[in-house]
Amino acid sequence: MEYRLPFKEYNKALRKGKLLGLRCNSCGAITCPPKMSCQECSGLDLEIVELSGKGSIVTFTTSYVAPQGRENELPFTIVMVQLDEGPWIMGNLIDMEPEKITFDIIGRRVKLGSRVYPGDMFSGGALARPVFSFDD
Amino acid sequence: MRKVAVLGMGHSEFCFNSPLTVVEMLAQVSLDAITSSNLTTKDIQAAFIGNCLTIMSEGQATIQQFAVNDMGCLNIPALRYEGACASGTIAVREAFLHVAAGHYDVVLVAGAEKVTALGTPLATRCFSMAGDSRYEFPSGYTFPAAFALLAHLYASHYNIPLPKLKEQMAHVSVQSHHYASKNPLAQLRFEITVEDVLNSFMVSTPLQLHDCCPFTDGAAAVVLATEEVAKKIYDKPCWITGVGLATSGKLSSQYRWLPRIRAREISVQQAYKMAGIGPEDVDVCELHDCFSIASLIAAESLGFFEFGTAGEAWMKGETRIEGKIPINISGGLKAKGHPVGATGISQLYHICKQLRNEMVDYGLQVEGARTGLVDTLGGDGCLCHLVVQV
Repeated sequence: MEYRLPFKEYNKALRKGKLLGLRCNSCGAITCPPKMSCQECSGLDLEIVELSGKGSIVTFTTSYVAPQGRENELPFTIVMVQLDEGPWIMGNLIDMEPEKITFDIIGRRVKLGSRVYPGDMFSGGALARPVFSFDD
Repeated sequence: MRKVAVLGMGHSEFCFNSPLTVVEMLAQVSLDAITSSNLTTKDIQAAFIGNCLTIMSEGQATIQQFAVNDMGCLNIPALRYEGACASGTIAVREAFLHVAAGHYDVVLVAGAEKVTALGTPLATRCFSMAGDSRYEFPSGYTFPAAFALLAHLYASHYNIPLPKLKEQMAHVSVQSHHYASKNPLAQLRFEITVEDVLNSFMVSTPLQLHDCCPFTDGAAAVVLATEEVAKKIYDKPCWITGVGLATSGKLSSQYRWLPRIRAREISVQQAYKMAGIGPEDVDVCELHDCFSIASLIAAESLGFFEFGTAGEAWMKGETRIEGKIPINISGGLKAKGHPVGATGISQLYHICKQLRNEMVDYGLQVEGARTGLVDTLGGDGCLCHLVVQV
């Protein structure tokens, strides 16, 4: 059976700032990041859709300890964003100095961009990552 | 299904910089478990090994083959189970199923990990491998970050002001250190205060150093056997009466349930149902407190407290030895230590010690404990549970 939206294609689109997801033809739910099956009903009849990249911050953290090789990024802020289409995705918040970010950013509107994590010996090459900036 | 007993046990001191290799640690605790069961290595029919990171920490794969050979269990089937921080508990569940099903009568379960020599940056990288490597690690996702995201989400979801939640979380760590200070096997045998927690180094907001468990070297082992064997050779068996295991996907894919971990609720219900008990029957629990917030989330999903209220329970002392449900009387992952592959077996060890009334001398005995629960979380979602009874 065909894997509708493999990481390689999702990653390629994200590098250009385009967020791809999957619409389930059985239940209508959107799955993002992509999987073989719908994350709501496990349906397999999925079609690729481009998502708005807009949503709201549901949670965040500013990290002061990095995995090996990423110390130069510190401190950085990770956000979980609920997309307007429903699913949650993880990315970095880039619009504000990490040390100044406080609890009240929860609920703020954001829009998606992308940056590239160059990768390390375990990552199998460079990986695109969603980055968010404020949109309110 | 046949009844399955826990017989003898072994447990190393949990520490930084163990002088032993992982094979040596496994051999040592396994022989303690075997000999204290009144058995020899020739009686062990199969070995179930919990281990996660030895490929990274010692460049050693198939640790199970080297470990059983080293201890003198020659040519037996040996399997390694990897479910990140739940590896040891998963190994126990697998061994239980094999004995219960009649495949084996006497088996060894052992777990070990040696990660402190990796140092914090590489250890942090290795632990992050238990999160989604394609879609979430690129954002700098680590395990402190995972539970930090959950902590802010918990405060927002249950509408608890962050300073209040931080104080509740600090009390979790203070309690764990208090009990670890009395446990000779614990890694961090000293008391801390709420102020110590709130003044410690910021790791990932809102989690500070004393909200986080340490990196640990250590090992633990148990022998499991049938009722027939147990009755012949061992005078104080504990019985594994329920097991559960459930999995989930990457953190973002769990969005319908967070900050609750749905797989935990499914797994523990399996274990409760198999044992024919409910949370109100549990006398003592060892749960997966890799971070202070993780204790609150776990205790609620296990059914001990209403959602959003576990922090108050810790502050009121309901989780202490004399409280409504004694939790992590060993010191927990936070202060006893967290040697990944050994963690679940260490939790089982400490539950069995409670059920055998063997913690009296340390001032850590939960009086009259007859039913215990082990809760272990690995990665973003390998949740495993054991109900143990006497």
